[in-house]
Amino acid sequence: MIDLMIAPFLDFAFMRRALLGCIAISIGATPVGVFLMLRRMSLTGDAMAHAILPGAAVGFLVSGLSLGAMTIGGLVAGMAVALLSGFVTRVTALKEDASMAAFYLISLAAGVLIISVNGNSIDLLHVLFGTVLALNNDALVLLCSITTITWFAMAILFRPLVLECADPHFLRSVSRLSALTHFAFLALVVMNLVAGFQALGTLMSVGLMILPAAAARFWAQGIGAMIGVAVLVAVASSITGLLLSYHFSLPSGPAIVLVAGGLYALSLIFGSNGSLIARYWPRPHLQS
Amino acid sequence: MNRRIFLGLTTALAILPMSAFAQDKLPVVATFSILGDMVAEVGGARVAVTTLVGPDGDAHVFAPTPADAQTVAAAKVVFVNGLGFEGWLDRLIEASEFKGAVVVATDGITPLEMAEEGHDDHAEDKAHAEDKAHDHDDHAGHDHGAIDPHAWQSVDNAKIYVSNIAQALIAADPAGEDVYSANASAYLAELSGLDAEIQAAMIELPENRRSVVTSHDAFGYFAAAYGMIFHAPEGLSTESEVSAADVATLITQMKAEAIPAVFMENITDGRLLEQITSETGAKIGGTLFSDALSGSDGPASTYLAMMRHNITTLTAALKE
Repeated sequence: MIDLMIAPFLDFAFMRRALLGCIAISIGATPVGVFLMLRRMSLTGDAMAHAILPGAAVGFLVSGLSLGAMTIGGLVAGMAVALLSGFVTRVTALKEDASMAAFYLISLAAGVLIISVNGNSIDLLHVLFGTVLALNNDALVLLCSITTITWFAMAILFRPLVLECADPHFLRSVSRLSALTHFAFLALVVMNLVAGFQALGTLMSVGLMILPAAAARFWAQGIGAMIGVAVLVAVASSITGLLLSYHFSLPSGPAIVLVAGGLYALSLIFGSNGSLIARYWPRPHLQS
Repeated sequence: MNRRIFLGLTTALAILPMSAFAQDKLPVVATFSILGDMVAEVGGARVAVTTLVGPDGDAHVFAPTPADAQTVAAAKVVFVNGLGFEGWLDRLIEASEFKGAVVVATDGITPLEMAEEGHDDHAEDKAHAEDKAHDHDDHAGHDHGAIDPHAWQSVDNAKIYVSNIAQALIAADPAGEDVYSANASAYLAELSGLDAEIQAAMIELPENRRSVVTSHDAFGYFAAAYGMIFHAPEGLSTESEVSAADVATLITQMKAEAIPAVFMENITDGRLLEQITSETGAKIGGTLFSDALSGSDGPASTYLAMMRHNITTLTAALKE
């Protein structure tokens, strides 16, 4: 049993790299996912993942398969969509969901157009939907750096973010930093998605961001505990997904996200806090 | 006013591709660059060849545009590889209401089944025997019995392509029979020369240094014709995503057989191969051209140049 679980990582460097990359994403992206969930912005993660596409495509066209150019392109495109939709929400009558949807759809269409028009070079989708089994040193350094930055930024933003989850109007009334907090948080979302899509592909990185957070909601009450549980769920999904991919010849990215999905389903049923069982089959408290 | 502009524009768009064929040349379409090059060799000055999937393009995952449909509609003959290579073609032909002849260049070729990676008797070490059993279940449904479409990788097959192309051109344009026959026999002679070159180069390679790894399993016919062994982490098509088990099997196998070199291809992502080389100590032997030619200034601008480039790259990396 232990052999089945440890040997793949001992024998193969690519498995160790994949594991390190996944753990970096698990630790970096899940706190961001917890706040996305608490602020009822879970679908924003998905929207931003699509918004990154044209920037990465332009980066690829300008300097080929370069990690730096594609990362910078993705960051620029993601931040442009975040800032534009935030700006439109604050100055016009359109609400945030609609303006976000409008800009991410425009961005996605632009990305598909750029890829298709230049489709006679390497199939860009192969590049964009990276595989976790092909992480080189540069990609690992990028993933770990972004995780570190995320944790420092979260430490600074933690109080205003919690306040904004609980009572955004209060924060706006006592501090002028409300808008700054919002955009800094969106920047973190974009950064983590860019890190994720280099390694795991866009859909996959959103999966590791949102699913563990949603699962943790059924176990923990406080935000700190929720983040802890979410990171544990994400790391466990990464390890299990990689092992399943190794032993049963499954594609790694979907395997990892499906394990996270399975843990979410279990939490949904058996969780200690607001789950199906806790709600509809409550245990008698003190039996006399 | 607006409507008039709109009408004018759409008419212009409809006429535009036609004007490219306004000369007396026979307008024909080839689906990908290698086939296009062969058609151009046989057709010479009498035909105008348009290639749908250009140099360095991947015909497995090609998405046709309306301009492609118009090109097809305007053509007299459409040359396809067949053997399931162009999955998108039937829909394109139907949508474009093309009325001419569709010529399958691989007619008369003995198709090879796709060799399944990880199920041959190499590297049957104990640690992985169990995984292989699982492997087998997973793959049984879709991979077995798949036909390998990359038939042009053997020069003997290329000769069949050329004969098929010549016949089809003569049928579509009987006035040019002499030209087409002359071009075809000159080209066939060049192909025979190429075949002899490849055979000679292969004889110089020792038996134990004929095993290499590529990023996409496109060299089945080359392997069968010239006695090389190719391993690939991805399966038949560039569309499938690789699993950790595939990569692990490959690395174990490369270590067990001491495979000396891995090769990039012009149409796939090389990052995975870089990881495999760093783990096994094999070297990156260069770029092989499998499904598409390079641009006109690249090392593989024609079919002949492509095959010569591939064999030079292979032998340079494998000789000690």
